[in-house]
Amino acid sequence: MNKYLERLFNGIIKENPTFVLMLGMCPTLAVTTNAVNGLGMGLSTTVVLVFANIIISIFRKKIPDGVRIPAFIVIVASLVTIVEFLMKAYLQALSEALGVYIPLIVVNCLILGRAESFASKNGPVDSMFDGIGMGLGFTAGLTIIGAVRELLGAASIFGVSLGYTPISVFKAAPGAFIVLGVLVAIMNIIRKKMDEKGKPLAKPSGCLTGDCANCTSKCADEKK
Amino acid sequence: METLASLFSIAVTYAIINNVVLSQFLGICPFLGVSKKTETAAGMGGAVIFVIGIASLVTGLINKFILANEAILQMGIDLRYLKTIVFILVIASLVQFVEMFLKKSMPALYQSLGVFLPLITTNCAVLGVALNAVTYEYDILQTVVYGLATGVGFFIAIVLLAGVREKIEYNDIPKPFQGTATVLMASALMAIAFMGFAGMKI
Repeated sequence: MNKYLERLFNGIIKENPTFVLMLGMCPTLAVTTNAVNGLGMGLSTTVVLVFANIIISIFRKKIPDGVRIPAFIVIVASLVTIVEFLMKAYLQALSEALGVYIPLIVVNCLILGRAESFASKNGPVDSMFDGIGMGLGFTAGLTIIGAVRELLGAASIFGVSLGYTPISVFKAAPGAFIVLGVLVAIMNIIRKKMDEKGKPLAKPSGCLTGDCANCTSKCADEKK
Repeated sequence: METLASLFSIAVTYAIINNVVLSQFLGICPFLGVSKKTETAAGMGGAVIFVIGIASLVTGLINKFILANEAILQMGIDLRYLKTIVFILVIASLVQFVEMFLKKSMPALYQSLGVFLPLITTNCAVLGVALNAVTYEYDILQTVVYGLATGVGFFIAIVLLAGVREKIEYNDIPKPFQGTATVLMASALMAIAFMGFAGMKI
């Protein structure tokens, strides 16, 4: 049981996809106009991630190495299509708010990255907990960023109005860049503190180092 | 005349008013990652225009003649739900194919664009354009114009950001803000500038 708790802890705190690894920046910037949207996007990504991890891990010995990326993409794209239709049927308002970013979960490098670096090397149960941990970490990240933008830009939290004058730019596109920029700066300070303590955080591995598009091939290199 | 006007309106809307990076947040990764120098940024921008142009044409054709084909629909088979799966696979293989084709027959163009092509497969702008074009119910010509305009918008944004980054490279920036944080702040200022176009209606 400890092993599974460790996977959850790893995903939510130690290697948090949003704050520490800085993966999946497109949805992080685009859908976090309020906390509810961030939560919805995070949970849909979590669902896809958990099932993708389980399925890929079950078939990991059957999928030939040369075509594994296309195979992973097909699995992920099928799951995303299912989630998209479920949301259209049962959560119509959220589905309209998130729009094209739901099908774009396919190209979120968090999912292919976990498939490559964890699910293709570990058993289904371990992979499931890895998916839950990483997914909840991503959800927490998006919800927190969404809550900050909602507090500043709409003077409300989870849709409950707080009644002061909002700075509406935080609800618009520039606000996303500003909040993320400040977040990166805060993480730089924490990173330095942790380095001094001798407990360095995991390196950011996504867009911010310029290899987002390459993250799957980078994971493949690490595997060798 | 009507169609020409609609094409022009699509082109201006998606190149400038609804800029792909600064207001729709598609393709953030290459935007932040490959914008250190103006030359590489221009190369990346050129490659994106090229790939989105081809990809929007191919996905547009696939959607019209296979997924949403009238004859197949009348037989009671609706293939449109497959669009995400089909488009991502088509785009991934298309990029590989374009890369091989350029290497073989246009070495000069390959020299300038080649390194960027593999980076574009997972660029969400390409898939985003293909999916949006279906949602907006564009015809083939409109889809291609939409794709090219999105590419041009990406080109404008990444080259401008690279110019800003070259200018501020040796500035004295507070320690925590050095690196990516400053780039994000510069993008925020650019996004504010682009918000000025938002009221425009064509």
